[in-house]
Amino acid sequence: MKRADVMPQPLPAGRDAWPGRAWLSRPWLAWTLILAGAAVLVAPLYFTFVFATHGRTEIFNSPPPLWFGSQALSNLHLLEERLPFWRNLGMSLYVAGMTTLLNLLLCSMAGYAFAIYQFRFKRPLFALVLGSMMLPSFLHMIPSFMVMDALGWIDEPRALYVPAAASALGIFLMRQYIGSAIPRDLIDAARMDGCSEFRIFRSVVLPLLKPALGTLGLITFIASWNNFVAPLVVMRSPEHYTLPLALRSMQTPNNTEWGALMIGSAIAMLPLLVAYVLSARRLVSGLTAGAVRG
Amino acid sequence: MRARGWAPYLFLAPFFVVFLVFGLFPLLFSIYLSFQQWNPAEGLHTMHSVGLENYWYAITDPWFHDSLLNTLWFALVSGAPQHLVALPLAYFIHRQVKRGRDLLVGAYFVPYITSSVAIALIFSTLYSKDYGLINAALSELTRLPFIGSPLEAAQLARGGPIDWLGDADTTRPAVAFVVFWRYLGWNLVLYLSALQVIDQDLYEAATLDGASTWQQFRHVTLPLLKPMIFFAVTLTLIGNLQLFEEPFILVDSEKGVSQSVMTSAIFMYRLAFNDGDFGTASAVSWLLFILIAALTWLNARLFGRDARGAHEAG
Repeated sequence: MKRADVMPQPLPAGRDAWPGRAWLSRPWLAWTLILAGAAVLVAPLYFTFVFATHGRTEIFNSPPPLWFGSQALSNLHLLEERLPFWRNLGMSLYVAGMTTLLNLLLCSMAGYAFAIYQFRFKRPLFALVLGSMMLPSFLHMIPSFMVMDALGWIDEPRALYVPAAASALGIFLMRQYIGSAIPRDLIDAARMDGCSEFRIFRSVVLPLLKPALGTLGLITFIASWNNFVAPLVVMRSPEHYTLPLALRSMQTPNNTEWGALMIGSAIAMLPLLVAYVLSARRLVSGLTAGAVRG
Repeated sequence: MRARGWAPYLFLAPFFVVFLVFGLFPLLFSIYLSFQQWNPAEGLHTMHSVGLENYWYAITDPWFHDSLLNTLWFALVSGAPQHLVALPLAYFIHRQVKRGRDLLVGAYFVPYITSSVAIALIFSTLYSKDYGLINAALSELTRLPFIGSPLEAAQLARGGPIDWLGDADTTRPAVAFVVFWRYLGWNLVLYLSALQVIDQDLYEAATLDGASTWQQFRHVTLPLLKPMIFFAVTLTLIGNLQLFEEPFILVDSEKGVSQSVMTSAIFMYRLAFNDGDFGTASAVSWLLFILIAALTWLNARLFGRDARGAHEAG
């Protein structure tokens, strides 16, 4: 891949016809539009944080507040009154953490098998996993609710993190990465030294997988953290709700405490925003991996 | 050495246990379920086969028709602008923006990683009829010269401030905008990543041949981007046809207008979890799947073969 910041070649003046030339020769117009667009995109997030610091009445002042206020703590107290908020936050952390750990473990092991070994039914098994998991997720909604019901897992956090541990994206990313980044000689050398197959995986391969594990871990965590439909279907008691579900349950037709809701939303978004800022490049390249091939 | 024969299967086993129990089995079971009549409250033994009745019921149900039309409307109205904006935007950023590029792309991408619930909640305050920021901004605009008075006249004609999420005319566009807002950055990133692999020499050669920027975009960039356009449009199509969260959260299901944003996925959810009709809900999910598969296939027929050809030529 070429580096991102290859300089575009300057164009000889006077040769180009409208509209492209005019568009690019007056980049301030495009710049204005693009910055305005970026502002429009970021504005709702900004207002989440602004509204989080204002009470219900101030939020719906005319004009609404454009800058931070001083009601953050009282909003938080309201939130604690209305929701088992810290339990919901803990549940989100627990579910997303377990999903990520299990996903990394199962996908790296299976990806390793698909990348390194030759065995019977390798191709059909891989095709089966990828194929069936590319099916739309709503097809799973009803039958997996019934499976959870049959297992007695309704209202249990494991109903959220166990199924998410087997992901097509995870196995695909891991197989690609292991196939290209792990030298076979290294594995053969470890075998000569008498390492068991599992020991090779744990002590030789796994440490080399760190970058891929980081990317996949981040993607998995974000997806689990933001997941709304799975907890909606499975969770019953409010103290087992994950954050998105808990916040949504606070939205009532008449008497919604918007300030409290906004601080809840802000807290729900903050970890992801921080993670994103710290790892934007890796995350974006990870998300689009495999897409470049078209 | 014999142990190695078992090794791959041992590495695969945990993944496949989870996959079979929670991935493959539910999928096959849902096909079976779509031919059954069953009330979950009365236990598994009350399940009995009804042949194609569930499918027939769904196909002839006017609500299902409405939900399909809504779903297709969303796929088109929130889907097409995502690409029509993201593609030129990506091209401009690729050719013009050197400094601050990561920040700019980051701003466009950040809605994609934030929780859809938090987003829906903030948008419901922004869309609020009497006090929402959007209506407040619109009423500020009426003070401007030139556009002010026609805007005010239009508002008066509508009978005051717009009830974005409470009026059947505006609810769908309002929801569609949120979907557009959320996925624009994702498509931008896809297109940027495709632009970066285009050989810069091609542009140099085109410039030497006297091609204008527009001609370069039209004859160099666009053909080379076709595989990515195809890929991105396919993703949008599949995603939008399953649309659930945004309309579900933004528009209260108690309200009458929720009908106007009831997508097929919401229809299926209500059948199963509000009405307890799991059989018909499963049938609806497979009908929707058939629709998605057909549209994806059509998209590939119209677009895909051509795209592959361009890719190989490039």
